[in-house]
Amino acid sequence: MEKRVTFRGWLLPLALIAPQVIISAVFFFYPAGQAVWQSLFIPDPFGLSSQFVGLGNFEFLLSDKFYRASFVTTAIFSTLVTLCSMIPALFLAVIADRLIKGAGVYRTLLIWPYAVAPAVAGVLWLFMFNTRVGVVSWYLGQLGYDWNHVLNGTEAMGLVVVASAWGRISYNFLFFFAALQSVPRSVIEAAAIDGAHFWRRFFTIVLPLLSPTAFFLLVVNVVYAFFETFGVIHTITGGGPQQSTTILVYKVFSDGFVGQDLGSSSAQSVILLVVVGLLTVIQFKYVEKRVHY
Amino acid sequence: MAAQQHGMVEKRGMGIWLTHALMILGVLIIFFPIWLAFVASTVTQPEIVSPPMPLLPGDQFWENYKAALFSGVNVPVATMLFNSLVMAIGIAVGKIIISLLSAFAIVYFRFPGRTTFFWLIFLTLMLPVEVRIVPTFEVVAGFGMLNSYYGLIFPLIASATATFLFRQFFLTIPDELAEAARVDGARPMRFFIDIVVPMSRTNIAALFVILFIYGWNQYLWPLLITTDPEMNTIVMGIKQMFPSGDDVAEWPVIMATSILAMIPPVIVVVSMQKLFVRGLVDSEK
Repeated sequence: MEKRVTFRGWLLPLALIAPQVIISAVFFFYPAGQAVWQSLFIPDPFGLSSQFVGLGNFEFLLSDKFYRASFVTTAIFSTLVTLCSMIPALFLAVIADRLIKGAGVYRTLLIWPYAVAPAVAGVLWLFMFNTRVGVVSWYLGQLGYDWNHVLNGTEAMGLVVVASAWGRISYNFLFFFAALQSVPRSVIEAAAIDGAHFWRRFFTIVLPLLSPTAFFLLVVNVVYAFFETFGVIHTITGGGPQQSTTILVYKVFSDGFVGQDLGSSSAQSVILLVVVGLLTVIQFKYVEKRVHY
Repeated sequence: MAAQQHGMVEKRGMGIWLTHALMILGVLIIFFPIWLAFVASTVTQPEIVSPPMPLLPGDQFWENYKAALFSGVNVPVATMLFNSLVMAIGIAVGKIIISLLSAFAIVYFRFPGRTTFFWLIFLTLMLPVEVRIVPTFEVVAGFGMLNSYYGLIFPLIASATATFLFRQFFLTIPDELAEAARVDGARPMRFFIDIVVPMSRTNIAALFVILFIYGWNQYLWPLLITTDPEMNTIVMGIKQMFPSGDDVAEWPVIMATSILAMIPPVIVVVSMQKLFVRGLVDSEK
């Protein structure tokens, strides 16, 4: 992944890269550094001074059962969101790819939820499942199922997963569909002439050709589930009930801004920085070898 | 058997009806939440609070949308729409410019620290604003940027999605073009402006769509830094319309606002669909 032909000089490229580096430094790396620094202190209750505690905040966090529970919640949540958004998307894309007429119309319709903000998606799903006025919860009630995500942690998790995955189905569909469309017809036809049936062709030819797309989507969906679903959780559950939908990012927010516990919130930010940084490197090192480019 | 295989490759035969039926079912399921929101935005409050609410639109469309746009709950929705527009366009244009420049530098030059810069930029791709909210908030407050468009825009430009995608695309530009430019003695910036940028048109358009939506759909950041309702964006403003405590929410107005919050990004995505999808595919090769 390198260019053979490059231009000479180093002053120009440094100038070109400067705006991005400066903005990243001021609004990204400096705050990230501050997070690391603040994570080593405990401010006094009045915010007047702070006491150096070394790794005390981290030790406290790792022994804190609420924090560990939040880790598990995040793992469950992001796995479910990734699966619930990628599998239906692949399914719909494979179907749409078989159509000559109408595929464009379906794509135009399916694209809509992609444009809907997670927070707005949260409001839509909250409205459907609202315990007082929700249509779906009302019909569930008629069927004898008493839906109450305000009290039931499992139902709350189910609702935030579905609301988070919903918009991503569109996004994943677009990528899968575009990738399927670019699979050379001649290869498929050659395999068909050789007697390979649909599923055989799908698993031996199409899926390997889709793997760069699937890998790319895996990364962005996990990142999405980790960070961009804040709006869904804030609008639907506010992290509850009993913290059952408090994912790590939500906890950084609720401890830092609502609870005003800067030391702990910063330490959590640092842990997130490390977790996601590692995740990225491992994914790229590991998967790049296996993925057919 | 042979006919069946033929049908699958050529996409013909009986299966086509099943395929359409499955597609329609999928679209209906995925569309249902939006439809329901639209219906709710056209009926009266009593119709909603005594479930089940109707599943077909009512006649309160103008009343509800007028109430939302010009009165709202805390602030007219029209104001929030404008704020969202400024924020989304600012982020999209800002990111595209700085990313084109930095991706060009990374792909077409060998300079000291190049790999380091690439990884530093790449890191920002993975670590969105949500992770470092408290210190970023302090930085922005220190610059006096709270409740300002600068404060809404700048911290969100500091991420690398666009740089990453442009880099991927630049790597696919044939080396012969750069070779020819170099042989002709063209300066790098000439090559950038005459060849690279025009070739990236599709990607720029596609990224504009992606980034516009990214900016429009921001939630946590505006929630933190716009304490003044006049600066609220529409996406974060919806939640603020819910009453605290046991009061009943003004569902028709809230749902009308939700629909209004969707319209601009939906228009951008649907109208630029072809370009957008082509750009996505190109950037992945």
